[in-house]
This record gives sequence, structure tokens and C-alpha cells, in this order.
Amino acid sequence: MDALLFMIFAAIAVVCGINLVVQTHPISSALSLVGVMGALAALYLLLGGEFIAAAQLVVYAGAIMVLFIFVIMLLNAGTEARGRRSWAHYAGVPLLLLLFGLIACLITRRMPASENVVFGQFTKGGPLDIGRALFTTYLLPFEVTSVLILVAILGAIVLARKEID
Amino acid sequence: MTFFIVSIIKSAVVAFVLLTALAYLQWAERKVLAHIQLRVGPRRVGPHGLLQPLADVIKLITKEDMMPSHVDKFFWFLAPFIAVLFALIPIAVIPFGTELNLPAMDLGPLHIPAIQTAMQLTDINIGVLFILGISGLGVYGVALAGWSSNNKYSLLGGLRSSAQMISYELPMALAIAAPLLVLNTLSFRGIVDGQSGFMLGFLPKWTIFQVFPFNLISFILFMIAAFAETNRVPFDLPEAENELVAGFHTEYGSMKFAAFFMAEYCNMVTVSCVATLLFLGGWHPPFPAEYGSNYVPSLVLVGAGILSFLHGANPARPFDRITLPVFGVVFFGLAVLIAIPAVALPLMPIIWFSAKACFILFVYIWVRGTLPRFRYDQLMSFAWTFMFPIAIVNLFLTGLWVALS
Repeated sequence: MDALLFMIFAAIAVVCGINLVVQTHPISSALSLVGVMGALAALYLLLGGEFIAAAQLVVYAGAIMVLFIFVIMLLNAGTEARGRRSWAHYAGVPLLLLLFGLIACLITRRMPASENVVFGQFTKGGPLDIGRALFTTYLLPFEVTSVLILVAILGAIVLARKEID
Repeated sequence: MTFFIVSIIKSAVVAFVLLTALAYLQWAERKVLAHIQLRVGPRRVGPHGLLQPLADVIKLITKEDMMPSHVDKFFWFLAPFIAVLFALIPIAVIPFGTELNLPAMDLGPLHIPAIQTAMQLTDINIGVLFILGISGLGVYGVALAGWSSNNKYSLLGGLRSSAQMISYELPMALAIAAPLLVLNTLSFRGIVDGQSGFMLGFLPKWTIFQVFPFNLISFILFMIAAFAETNRVPFDLPEAENELVAGFHTEYGSMKFAAFFMAEYCNMVTVSCVATLLFLGGWHPPFPAEYGSNYVPSLVLVGAGILSFLHGANPARPFDRITLPVFGVVFFGLAVLIAIPAVALPLMPIIWFSAKACFILFVYIWVRGTLPRFRYDQLMSFAWTFMFPIAIVNLFLTGLWVALS
């Protein structure tokens, strides 16, 4: 049952991902990305990461992508103009397959068979465990990340501010 | 197998009750608004307009399904589906009452085993986060409808709505976080169980009475943000009719318009249920059963019955001489039925839960009949410069209280 659900959501994620690249209209691409994120949330849930799944939905699908779509709608971006087909157009798919093949090869070589993922084995994905880990073991990286985000926000404000003379 | 069948039956019951409630919520809204404005409201179809929702549904289904020529067809079709889908899903994690215990039964050849099931479709560990996430996705329906309609009014409505919903999600999440600090769980069943019992023997341990007054402030912040999230007056800017015609659903007719309408009312129901569960103690009565809280519904129904008979005796309209006594008899019958302990005990949690949720829904309608609309810049500065700081300070003080006690 778990394996079947994994197949379904993985397929949804891959199809939405391909659609994201193939579509010419920005809104279609952005919505495909939302589909990828929804499918990823379901995959996290299957693996036992309840909190991560919910955070994926709330933060990425619910807030960040809404902002993306908001900007696309505001700028009223039209369909993408496709230029003359260069050699990159034809080399892309084989190179991508090569990359995936290399990654898969490395993973199967390096990972021992005993470390295979078992559905339902990981149970420490609830809000309690995540919160405890974040505020004890990983407190410093957590705080540093928040400072980093603050710096990014300040940078955005500085860039967006109008010059006042 | 039993689990499977029980789940299907529960889903069917919840879906049926929810959809009926949505239709009658609209009837109630029209009636209450009418009485606020000294009108009588719908009363042509059926006694006191009680069949009006049915008539509306038939009208909406049989209307011609118009397709404007200039819209982006795919997204234009998709938007109402998204809106309804993400409005209906959150109901799955909302608990309506305690556990239901049915004894084993033998009906001829059919043997039904003893069933013990929660009055809830599913109880998940991250219930509160799940609702926040799913209702956050609902904004796509409105934004896409506005954009794909290819119409400046719709586009402005969709843009306003996405900006508004993102802005008010922040104070809403912060307001929800404060009671969660006290209750220490994200599962709705756990949240309600954490609010059982009484302080000093009579004051219920509902969240709004704990950590006074911080959780009361959270409750008020949550309700304001909820009004904005559901696009209701005074925050109904996405469809401000004197500025934007009808906002994001200007180009929609027949069942597609009904889908947006349904999504709005369904979001209202969800938010009322969440407020009830998080702040108002879910299905726990407002005072202990020793003082007779189990008889309150019967008393209210008896009062309603007496009122119906009194009004029936000197009717405002000739027709009321027949209808009101009939309602009175129905009320008395229900009152007697609920007073029977065997019926009352399993029903009492559901009655208290729906009473609280209906009160919040009534507040929604009441506010709609009372307040004017915000201006758009006022709406945004209200969220960011007033609600957000208060919510953060409130959360901090609640955390301090919890840490010190």
C-alpha cells in the first residue's frame, strides 16, 4: 500500500516537474511547481515526516508560490517566446539522463543494502521531536539561518527602496 | 473491513450534513440580515422560506452555463474546482464530538459487530497545521479565477484577495500559536481533551479563560484574521461590488458561481469549528453536568416552542396561524426527545459543539449586517502595523507565562 502510494505521488511529482519545463506560460509553470510541492509533501508524509509535510504545504505551496503567482499576475507576463532551436535543445535530454544515471549509480554503489528506506520505520517526524531537535541540538544553525534570512530581507528592502534626493 | 465501511458511512454522513448546513447557512444569513435591516427576508418558498435553499440550487443548476469568449479556458474551469476542493478538505480533521459506541447487533442474516469510533473522519497529529496548510491553498482558486477571467475587475479582485490572504495568514498563525503553547498538542482531539474540567468548580477550562487575558486577545485576533481569510465583511474587498462589480467571480455564472459561493460558506464553517475547538472548549459544556448543563438544550427548545405558540396565537400574517404551532409541536417533541438520558448522552457533545460553532456563524452574519467595508490601504496597514505586533507581543507574553508557571 505504501509502495503504491509512493509510486502515485512520485509519478505526480515527476509529471508536474516535466510540465513545469515544457509549458510556455509562466502561470502554468508556477502551478506545476505547486503540484510538485504538493506531491513532495505527500511523500514526506509517507516517510513519517509529518511536520515537514505540513511546513512544505504552509510555507512553499501556500505562501511562497502564491507570491510567485501574485507577481506573475501583477506583471501580466505573456507566453515565453521560443527562439531558434540551438544544439542545447537536442543535447539536453541525453545529458539529463546521463546525470540521473550517474546519481543513481553512485547511490547504489555507496549505500549498503541494509540502509534501504522502510515505510513507517521513522516515527520521529512529529512537531515535538522536530522542535526539540531544532532548539537543542541544532540551535546554532537554526539561529544563524534566521539571521541570514533577516539579512536577505534587509537587502530586498534596500534594493526596492526608491532613491530619495 | 469494518473500519473501511465505517469510514465510508462517516464520510457520507459528514458530507451530507455539511452540504445541507451550507445551504441552510445561506438561508439563515438572509433571514438574520433581513431582520437586522427590518425586513422579513425570504418567505415565499415553503413556510418561512425554508425551501428557499432548494429553489436556489435548482435555479443555479438549470441556468445556462455561459462561457465568455476571452477567458483562459483551462484555468477558468480549474479555479472553481480548486476553491471548493480546498474548502471541503479541512472538514476531514475536525472532531464533532466524543467517541460513539454502538453495541453488536444481529439483523437477521446481517451481523454487525460492536463499533467504537470517534465522531471525526480522521485524527492526525498535525491537525492544526494541516488546516492552516490546506486553507492556505484555497487562495489559488480566487487568484486563478481573477487572472484567467481576463478582465480588469476580476484581476484586481484576485490580486487583492491573494495579498489579503497572505497578509492575514501571519497574525492568524500567531494567534493560533498562543493557545497551542498552553495545550501542548497539535491534534484537535488532544486540544479539546486538554480543555476538559472546571476551575473553581464552575469556570470551564476553555482556552479563552486560561492564561487570562492573553488567550482572550488571541481569540479576538484569530476571529479578525478569520474574517479576512474568508473574505467576509468588513474585509470583503476581493468582491467589493461598488468598486469591482463582483470581483474575482464577475465572469462566472450558474454552478461555477455556486462553487465559489459554497467555498466561501464552507470556509466560514471550517473557521467557526476551528475557533470552537481551539478557544471555546470544543464539545465541553459551559458549566458542569451537576448543575444541569444536560438540560439546557431541552429548555431552549421548550422556550422556542412556547414562543412559536404565542406568536401563532396572534399572527402577524394569516399563514402563521398554521405554521407556527406546527413548529412549536416539533420543538416540544425535540425537547422531550433530548431530555431522555439514553438519547441525550451520546448527542450532548455534538449539541454543544454545534451550538458554539453556530454562535460564531451568527456573529459572522451579525457583523455583516453591522459594519461597513474597510478601504484597501486601511486593510493592509491594519494587518501589518496593528495586528501583527499585538500578536507577537501576545505570543511572547503567553510563552513567558507558560515558562514561569
